[in-house]
Order: sequence, then C-alpha cells, then structure tokens
Amino acid sequence: MPVEVRLPTVLRPAAGGQSTVTVNGSTIGEVLRDLIGTYPSMAGQVLTEDGALHKFVNVYVNDDDVRYLDQLDTKVASGDEVSILPAVAGG
Amino acid sequence: MLRLSAGVHAQIVGHCLGGLPDEACGLLGGNPTASSASTCYPTRNAAASAQLYSIDGLDYAQAERDADAKGQEIIAVFHSHTHTDAYPSPTDVAQANPLFPNWHYVLVSLRDTHPVLRSYRIFGGRIEEEPVIVDGQ
Repeated sequence: MPVEVRLPTVLRPAAGGQSTVTVNGSTIGEVLRDLIGTYPSMAGQVLTEDGALHKFVNVYVNDDDVRYLDQLDTKVASGDEVSILPAVAGG
Repeated sequence: MLRLSAGVHAQIVGHCLGGLPDEACGLLGGNPTASSASTCYPTRNAAASAQLYSIDGLDYAQAERDADAKGQEIIAVFHSHTHTDAYPSPTDVAQANPLFPNWHYVLVSLRDTHPVLRSYRIFGGRIEEEPVIVDGQ
C-alpha cells in the first residue's frame, strides 16, 4: 500500500531534497524498511543495525508517536500521514 | 558565536520562567550561516519534568514548517536548568542528536534570582561554550 512519509529538513538531502516521499508498507516497520531500501543513505539515521527505531528519531502516524502505539508493528491505513521527526531531549 | 535578537532573548527567558517548576524547552529559527536566531519557538516539554526535557514532536514539526515558510532553519534548541548551572548536564551530552552537529545548545539557569543564559556546541561528547551576542543590548 502506498504511504506518504513527511521528512524533516535534515533527512531531505538523502531523498534528493524531497520533503514528502511515497513508499510502500502496511506497518511502520515495512514503511521504514522500504524508505531505506529506496534511499539507502538514511539507513543509519532512521533504524539501528538491529532494525529497531533509532533513538534520535520519532515517528508519528497522524498525531500519535508510534513508541506509544505498537512501535514498528503499528499499522498504517490509506490516507494516514506518517512523519519522521528528530528526537530532541536532554536533562 | 550565537546572535539573538533582544526579543528572542526575552522570549527564551520568559518561556523558561513560565515552565517552572518543570524544565522548559524550545527551538530557535534563523540563519545557520550567520549563527543568528530571529524566531523563538516555545515548545511543550513532553517529559513534564524538573530534571528532563523532551521537545514535543508535533511542536517540532510545527516549528520546522514555520521556519521553512520563512526561509529559515532550526539552528538551536534551548532549555532551562531549574536548580543547576547553565552548563550541559551529562544527559544533555548523551542525548545531543548527531543529526545536528552544527546546532547551538542554549541553557538557561533559573537557580539564582536572575536567569543566566549561555550557549554551547555539543558534538561527539565534547562541549564548547560560545559567546552570545544579544542585538540591541
């Protein structure tokens, strides 16, 4: 299923400058793996070598952080808006 | 060096004071080449804590969209330390996002009567303080 993914400014150079890309998948894991397959230079920035979500990015489906849903197993439906955002935190 | 307009400086300090007793946080938009911040984006602290901050993801997205529309970039993040110095904590260093090696990290200490604002570069575990110039002061 085609899904639109909105990219933060910092990841756009890896996608030829595009702010939104269309990739395929029915879960967030599938969507991100297809994204990296299409734009390989995002590999170390979005997912870890073990295939987990990188701690320095957050992924939202519409207004919900997938870490509080089913993480990479979170399902996406037609029309959902997927956004990748940098994680900015400290103490 | 980080250059702030007087208005941005006041907004940063005001947002930090308004967040008490928790840490407050936000982003600064501007010109990365000039290291000049002209827009303050106060954000919610998703951690809602006096010891930690986490920029709310949706607030980040909104700030970035606004900066895009202005032809600016997000060049800095700011947050308060409610009871300690305006110096990056070990957590700040560990959490510094490697996607942004050129960001400025602005710290505001609210420990004393008068807030103290300082700015740093943090990359690869190293901390370097930089001068802050407030235009109009």
